[in-house]
Amino acid sequence: MEIKVIRKVLDVNNTMAEQNRKMFAEKEVFVLNVMSSPGSGKTTILEKTLPYMIPEIKSAVIVGDICTTNDANRLAKTGVSVVQINTDEFGGDCHLAAHVVEKAAGNLDLDAIDLLIVENVGNLVCPAEFDIGEDAKIVVLSVTEGEDKPVKYPLMFRVCDAAILNKIDLLPYLDYNREEVLNNIRQVHPGMPVFELSAKTGDGFRPWIEWLRQRIAQK
Amino acid sequence: MHEMGIAKQIIEIATSSIPAGMEDIPVERVNLKVGKLSSVVPDSLRFCFEILSKDTPLAGAELNIEEIPVVARCMECNIEWTTNKPVFVCKKCKSGSIKIISGQELDVVSIEVADPDTT
Repeated sequence: MEIKVIRKVLDVNNTMAEQNRKMFAEKEVFVLNVMSSPGSGKTTILEKTLPYMIPEIKSAVIVGDICTTNDANRLAKTGVSVVQINTDEFGGDCHLAAHVVEKAAGNLDLDAIDLLIVENVGNLVCPAEFDIGEDAKIVVLSVTEGEDKPVKYPLMFRVCDAAILNKIDLLPYLDYNREEVLNNIRQVHPGMPVFELSAKTGDGFRPWIEWLRQRIAQK
Repeated sequence: MHEMGIAKQIIEIATSSIPAGMEDIPVERVNLKVGKLSSVVPDSLRFCFEILSKDTPLAGAELNIEEIPVVARCMECNIEWTTNKPVFVCKKCKSGSIKIISGQELDVVSIEVADPDTT
């Protein structure tokens, strides 16, 4: 005898994500979910982005890693409040889920901030599946990673609102085909804004900062 | 990659769907829809489900997974097509305004229990 169920497996996470979304809207906080594979430069990009935001746009960061507080320590030097989540406490999850973000946000004074950046666990697969209640998602790809990453991880590139192509300062030393990666992104997610920059030198930062400011203002 | 967590959720959803009064009737099958664009690997999921369902009402139940193809629709000219490749540009009008109609599912559709009259 068949009993109809018709429920999404990720129902529990999605419900929590919607609750987060409502809470962040009430507190007027813009939430940005930053994802990439390990080592693409998420933390360095955020170290360089935050000084453009503060003090006008009061900011805070939630950082997810399986282990260590290294990223939180680095970002705290920018002067913003940082909460580190270590997922090995939850069994070593390879992504941040909505309930974990909700708990971390409880350690921040949401009334005192305008922008909350969530630096997700370095992983191009799983974080794409988990809504955390964010307003925008971005993916960071670096020029040392291979031009075919967008077609190898199509879900991630489809769910994100914009992409950052980082480490362009290394281009003179690499055989990197810039047209190929841009074309691959165009195939998977036509019209996706791509910000080519170097977190090391600061080259190319302006369009990325403008986009982020515009999105925050639109909320 | 996180099939253990997904298997745990499936067991909770399926267990909570067993109607009151039928708790002693064996669950024979759990029917799922898993889209090809989701990052869940069916074989890994079956493996994790088998381990986690021991000592639950779902012990011994088969996990039946229907893999759903990725179907896209062009929002400009309305044509739909099934795709195996991660290319989301309209074949006909080359528009990039595409909606994914199916292929991202991760749903528990139904559970099948032994017929109460025969147990």
